[in-house]
Amino acid sequence: MANPIVARITLPDRARRGEVITIRVLVRHPMERAIDAAGLTPLPRKILHRMRVTYADEEVFRADLSQGITANPYIEFTTIAVETGAIVFEWDEDGGATYRREVRLVVT
Amino acid sequence: MTHASRRAVLVLPIAAAALPAAAAEDDMATAERAILAGRTPVATGIAFEMPPLSENGNSVDVAVRIDSPMTPADHVHAIHILSEKNPVPRVVTFTLKPRAGRAEVATRIRLATSQQIIVLAETSAGQVHRAAREVIVVLGACVEGG
Repeated sequence: MANPIVARITLPDRARRGEVITIRVLVRHPMERAIDAAGLTPLPRKILHRMRVTYADEEVFRADLSQGITANPYIEFTTIAVETGAIVFEWDEDGGATYRREVRLVVT
Repeated sequence: MTHASRRAVLVLPIAAAALPAAAAEDDMATAERAILAGRTPVATGIAFEMPPLSENGNSVDVAVRIDSPMTPADHVHAIHILSEKNPVPRVVTFTLKPRAGRAEVATRIRLATSQQIIVLAETSAGQVHRAAREVIVVLGACVEGG
């Protein structure tokens, strides 16, 4: 399963080999956190509970999220530019759905 | 890339400061003990940025940076953010590899109410860096229906 997802992923188009680049990821997702309070309709928890980032055949970053992360989660991290290729972002949602995006980085 | 230079290095409060007694605190303390697994954390080498006052608990910016060479032999492999009074004490865990280049992450968290937030960073050498900050929340994340 690899469904589309609305995500704004910000990183440089190109980088020098060995350069540390900052990657900023903003995903559109309600991160429904299962509040059970008076006056609210209880909804089951439905959040993106994990984001995995794979680049050059290796997982380079992972975030295990709880409902303590905001709706439309924002995550910023760094990685070393090692080779030209795709940086793959994958999200696991409660209920088993997964989402995937790829961004190409050119390394000179 | 330029983000790091914008961040001032923080003088961190002493990690050994006594925690206030509160009903939900057991949960954070339990989560912290589980991560520490008997290790004693150090309060140095870690910068934790969060505004001291937040008007809206639905979105609070947090940023963490640890001084680490990020080599295969010595790197930060996990960064945990723990909340004292949220329903879920373990807010997020980041897993890093030496290929991160820098031990530097940022995100946005929900805060139910004014409370203490703790960051624990585990290194491959078995060390744990710890930083704690108090935050005042004017409008908590749990009071509105969204």
